[in-house]
Amino acid sequence: MRAHLTEIIVFTFLFLLVSAMGFVAARWRAPRDMAHLDEWGLGGRNFGGWITWFLVGGDLYTAYTFVAVPALVFGAGAMGFFAVPYTIVIYPLVFLVLCRLWSVSHRHGYVTPADFVRNRFDSPILALLVAITGILATMPYIALQLVGIEAVLKTMGVTGESTIARHLPIIIAFAILAAYTYQSGLRAPALIAFVKDSLIYIVILVAIIYLPYKLGGWGDIFNAADAKFKASPAPGDGILLNANNQLQYVTLAFGSALALFLYPHSITGVLASRNRDVIKRNMSALPAYSLLLGLIALLGYMAIAAGVKPLPGATQGSVDGNTVVPLLFDQQFPDWFAGVAYAAIGIGALVPAAIMSIAAANLFTRNIYKEYLKRDATAAQEANVSKITSLVVKVGAVACIVFLDPQFSIDLQLIGGVIILQTLPAVALGLYTRWFHRTALIAGWAAGMAMGMWMLYQIANPATGKKHFAGSAFPLSEFGFDTKKTIYVGIVAVLVNLVVAALLTLVLRAAKVSGGVDHTTPDDYFADEGDPRVVPGAERDADSAREPVA
Amino acid sequence: MAAPEPEAPTTARSRAKDHSPWNWLLFIPIVVPLIPALFNADSPRLFGFPRFYWLQLAWIILGVATTTLVYQMTKKRGDR
Repeated sequence: MRAHLTEIIVFTFLFLLVSAMGFVAARWRAPRDMAHLDEWGLGGRNFGGWITWFLVGGDLYTAYTFVAVPALVFGAGAMGFFAVPYTIVIYPLVFLVLCRLWSVSHRHGYVTPADFVRNRFDSPILALLVAITGILATMPYIALQLVGIEAVLKTMGVTGESTIARHLPIIIAFAILAAYTYQSGLRAPALIAFVKDSLIYIVILVAIIYLPYKLGGWGDIFNAADAKFKASPAPGDGILLNANNQLQYVTLAFGSALALFLYPHSITGVLASRNRDVIKRNMSALPAYSLLLGLIALLGYMAIAAGVKPLPGATQGSVDGNTVVPLLFDQQFPDWFAGVAYAAIGIGALVPAAIMSIAAANLFTRNIYKEYLKRDATAAQEANVSKITSLVVKVGAVACIVFLDPQFSIDLQLIGGVIILQTLPAVALGLYTRWFHRTALIAGWAAGMAMGMWMLYQIANPATGKKHFAGSAFPLSEFGFDTKKTIYVGIVAVLVNLVVAALLTLVLRAAKVSGGVDHTTPDDYFADEGDPRVVPGAERDADSAREPVA
Repeated sequence: MAAPEPEAPTTARSRAKDHSPWNWLLFIPIVVPLIPALFNADSPRLFGFPRFYWLQLAWIILGVATTTLVYQMTKKRGDR
């Protein structure tokens, strides 16, 4: 621990600085009345281009991504680079789809995607399913942010013997995070994101210039990786894809992109922006982070070239691949700069964790509390429930990491990506068409969930001895095809979902079963800032009380 | 004609605006990065990067260029 003293001091200093900012954020662009979900949960729906860029960037590219993607590249090679096409494909999708969600949400005062689904399809049950799916998918994602911080703490040697001592730094970090999120809402991560991203950009720019210079150039780095994979017995690794994992690579990239913009925390980030122009301009500017991510992924190869050996994992005999990047920094950088890099990862975990807990809290408040527990809740009560729920969500995330094997959170996150995809027909396609019948969407959701869970359960990994939930690459031979190719589970599950929803829609339409009333109009989907029909808060509440209950 | 009143004309007008054919261009950066045949090779190397890596990083520029073009071509002119 003594050896890492400089790193620990720099890390702690930056961490405390950011925490102070989190508390001050409540006064930043302060509203007249913070006791409203639009203020606490969406930062006043008024973020401009720059803030949105930092906020959404800090939101989508999490600490876990920064630690896990290079770890994957370190272990498997080319397959880990799927993060690059994944984060290229997502922006045109958002450009097309989420702009419509922004417009309809602003006109009707929706805070969550489930709010939209409820009114579009006139179905509180479908909305409840979307909300629960969102909360379930987000929880392990928050827990994973802790895995990111833990990888850093482990490298700095901040580990104790007992369960509590080992996790004390994380518990303290999350307690601080919970306190300022409670007070400042979405404004806290928005302000902190400036520091987080600036630190990350500095660290990575230095890393990609300085490390190749120390390690003999990019050519040597790739050659070292190539040599490692050629020597390893595993069939799927290499610096290029092979015939069997290309389909997995493509479907994983596409499926992950579809899943990412359905995650409640991305939608929260997008809804907080001021107008459609801000979103569209950001879709051109956000790929700067993808470049960063691509370069970060290559840190995995640099670690190979530098001969990094990952620290032991939680169970006997396993290794913790997530420590690869922190170890590389520890080995190659002067202590003080390694401290800055660790702070970048640590703070990088706080921004998405805050936004995710806010998004999950908003879903609970709007689609469970207000819908089922207290229909006449005032705006102030809503904000208050959301604040408290955000605390509960974070306690849950910390408990997951402290009391369960972190591998459990990683498995849950894998499942999370697959289940959030099952909201695609209702949320994303629902923005374009109301053709699907509400009952058919519910059936499709159930079929997709069942299919996804079954497939994930079937996936084993002989190398680690795991029999179930050992990854997202499903062997097509299980379907009876004579091939070694694998495919991403989420894509198959969502296709099943769509087929069931479409077939049942045809049946229900033929049987003339009522599909409920659409509470949105076609021009809602193009409304922009300054629209005279954007409903102010008080009126909106009266409006929703009048709606018929299905 | 004042802004919001009759439903139908507003709808028709905004529809025309949002359904610009330029939007179809956005399918290029969705489809191209998902064709491994284009980039799954070592040569030619660029600054030591195998094609697999530099070409996929180059798709980022393709994505930025396309979204920027579509944004510029579809943005509302003169009515804000």
